[in-house]
Amino acid sequence: MPSLGADMDAGTLVEWLVRAGDTVHRGDPMAVVDTDKSAIEVESFDDGVVEALLVEPGTRVAVGTPLARLVAVGMTVAAPEQSAAPAAASRPAPSPGQVVVPAPSPGPVVVPVGGRPGGRVSPYARRLARELGVDLDRVSGSGADGAVHAEDVLAARATTTEQVPDSPAVEEPVALESSAPPARSARSARRETIAALMSRAKREIPHYYVATTVDLHALTEWLRRTNRERSVAERIVPAAAVLKAAALAARRHPGLNGFWVDDAFVPAPEVHLGVAVHVRDGALVAPAIHRTADLSLPEVMAALRDLVSRARAGRLRRAEMADPTLTVTDLGDQGVEEVIGVIYPPQVALLGVGRVVERPWAVDGLLGVRPTVRLTLSGDHRATDGATGARFLTTLDELLQHPEEL
Amino acid sequence: MTITREQARDVVERAVRRIVPDADVASVGDDADLRAAFELDSLDFLSFVELLATETGVRIDEDDYPELTTATGCTDLLVRRAG
Amino acid sequence: MTTAPVTTTETTYREALREALREALREDDRVFLMGEDVGSYGGCFAVTLGLLEEFGPERVRDTPLSESTFVGAGIGAALGGMRPIVEIMTVNFSMLALDQILNNAATLLHMSGGQLNVPLVIRMTTGAGRQLAAQHSHSLEGWYAHIPGLKVIAPATLEDARGMLWTALQDPDPVLLFEHGSLYNMSGALATGAGHVDIQRAAVRRPGRDLTLVSYGGSLSTSMTAADELSAGGIEVEVIDLRVLRPLDDATIMESVRRTHRAVVVDEGWRSGSLAAEVSARITEQCFFELDAPVERVCSAEVPMPYAKHLEEAALPQVATVVAAARKVVS
Repeated sequence: MPSLGADMDAGTLVEWLVRAGDTVHRGDPMAVVDTDKSAIEVESFDDGVVEALLVEPGTRVAVGTPLARLVAVGMTVAAPEQSAAPAAASRPAPSPGQVVVPAPSPGPVVVPVGGRPGGRVSPYARRLARELGVDLDRVSGSGADGAVHAEDVLAARATTTEQVPDSPAVEEPVALESSAPPARSARSARRETIAALMSRAKREIPHYYVATTVDLHALTEWLRRTNRERSVAERIVPAAAVLKAAALAARRHPGLNGFWVDDAFVPAPEVHLGVAVHVRDGALVAPAIHRTADLSLPEVMAALRDLVSRARAGRLRRAEMADPTLTVTDLGDQGVEEVIGVIYPPQVALLGVGRVVERPWAVDGLLGVRPTVRLTLSGDHRATDGATGARFLTTLDELLQHPEEL
Repeated sequence: MTITREQARDVVERAVRRIVPDADVASVGDDADLRAAFELDSLDFLSFVELLATETGVRIDEDDYPELTTATGCTDLLVRRAG
Repeated sequence: MTTAPVTTTETTYREALREALREALREDDRVFLMGEDVGSYGGCFAVTLGLLEEFGPERVRDTPLSESTFVGAGIGAALGGMRPIVEIMTVNFSMLALDQILNNAATLLHMSGGQLNVPLVIRMTTGAGRQLAAQHSHSLEGWYAHIPGLKVIAPATLEDARGMLWTALQDPDPVLLFEHGSLYNMSGALATGAGHVDIQRAAVRRPGRDLTLVSYGGSLSTSMTAADELSAGGIEVEVIDLRVLRPLDDATIMESVRRTHRAVVVDEGWRSGSLAAEVSARITEQCFFELDAPVERVCSAEVPMPYAKHLEEAALPQVATVVAAARKVVS
């Protein structure tokens, strides 16, 4: 059972997406786990063949409990008496008499197809590969002894992106509704989790708030014009533009993008904007759009739709839950004009977005009617001061005045 | 392609149910505000419009959105455009 | 707003230190100076030249050749409300006063339950490079940086030589100030009004994107020269001057490594159990998932510092060895 968030210590296995004997690759969804916050897909940490599923659906187990056992491709599936000792798929730790994926030792073990025998990968390169979804098996290393460094991963990503132009929307497995409800009321457990997290936020984080009203005339006009050229599916809603602008603003004000850990601010190297999604059964999740600032606006829009639909279908991925560096909560659709939000620990800021409202607005000394939005930044006063929050909002305002550059 | 009022009305109901599975359009009335009644956010509404457009082949622009507030409005627009 | 024109004076590291001492003696009558040959002789490295004549024998005091005694006297004076500046000729000789420094100066605040501060500043010369052989050339500041209760600083620039002393004197607890012997003759332009500087933060002496070179004291100039050479080859090195060896300013180091993803630590101390080891360990602890290559260290050879010039050079971190380590990390 992997940890799917800093505050998680146990989870309920909802269902298996694989069976014993299936071949899986690193990154393949293997199971659905209920974390009390939401249902999340757990991906395989390695390539291999599923030898045994160790936890029954509906069971609640502590983080660190082995869920399944994998063996390397090419290995005979171990006979039952040989596999008595449990091994975690997520954390292959060698134990006597137990072959552990990915079996890097020399000898009679058949190396997995496409594996890198003895290949070394720098920690940064490994992290980049995970974030960018690059398969390390396909990366050739440029370092000493073929070690993979960050630039090799970046080069590999460049080529894969070219090879896979705009793959048609991946068909989500629709039929997999939660078949085995968790033992206790999922709704109340989710409320408990939110309660614990938000109580901690209000107890530990000295919030400050700064707010501004932004003229969205330029943005809405630009969207109206450009959306006319787009099919319905590709149309961009103002919320997506605000997200993109917020990500760019976060990059310019790195003090708001990161985590408060051990009494110190740790800036995040990338902007992974968290998006608060209200799920209909009473859950609230805030998964990340990875590297938001690097995506084009249409990509942000597509990522947003994908994320929201998967959040509601309980199909979020581990990294999406764990990675947000700054969260945006947009309650404009719920009709409110202003959102003064609570920061998600250990993040240090949260942007609240209200409804787009037509207001009387002074332009060049004359009163006009303009679409406007109220933006409120909640900041952690331990990490930054109001001036930083104010500069962030000013940057955000400026960015929104030039939607064509987003 | 022309469609009847009943067919159009059926497309609207099915589209709402695809987004909110337990939604009952009849229960809120033909002139109720769909977004308010079913708590559709802007992404939901975009999906709703997408479903209406793909099911009927009708072109729907953002300028048409105000007309799509109620079930009646949606039905009217689909019948008029398809015809 | 207008900026006042900055005038500069050509000066040396030695003169900047002396000016800082002069200011301290002038501005605070609790300050006095003592050590071997600091008075009539003007200091073994001529830092205190002229101060006896200017401030008199009460405030510039020559001591017997007994490090333990005069450091202990300094601690007593500090406890009694004075602000003594004690000079120990070289860090090697400070071993004779280690009992006073470690068992008294560093611990009294703790053992008195917070009642007894020891506002003492100890200056020492450290480092090799001048053919002074194994009893005068070692870099033992890393040992002192191991000791809780001490603050350890190492000025590597004219500004820091001029500005660190006063700030150290304001500290209520003992501060050790290490002057690398090869720096005394370093000359350059110092702003006329150059004054006090912080003794908390490391400084980025040169920005760069490809590699972080962490250094301090006498190794800073080696690192800067290496950075110039690497830059000519297209490798942009960020050079960090630690300035404060205890407590280390992790934030500045990690902020840099998170950008460059690679680090080399240059330290004239011996490699085993060195300050370089500590910096390297912290980078690995705090930036493991940012590292694109193992952290490299360039330290002195693990031998007593040789006297012969060619052997001494071979034992010390040189520009060429720093460049080689950097290339290894970046390639």
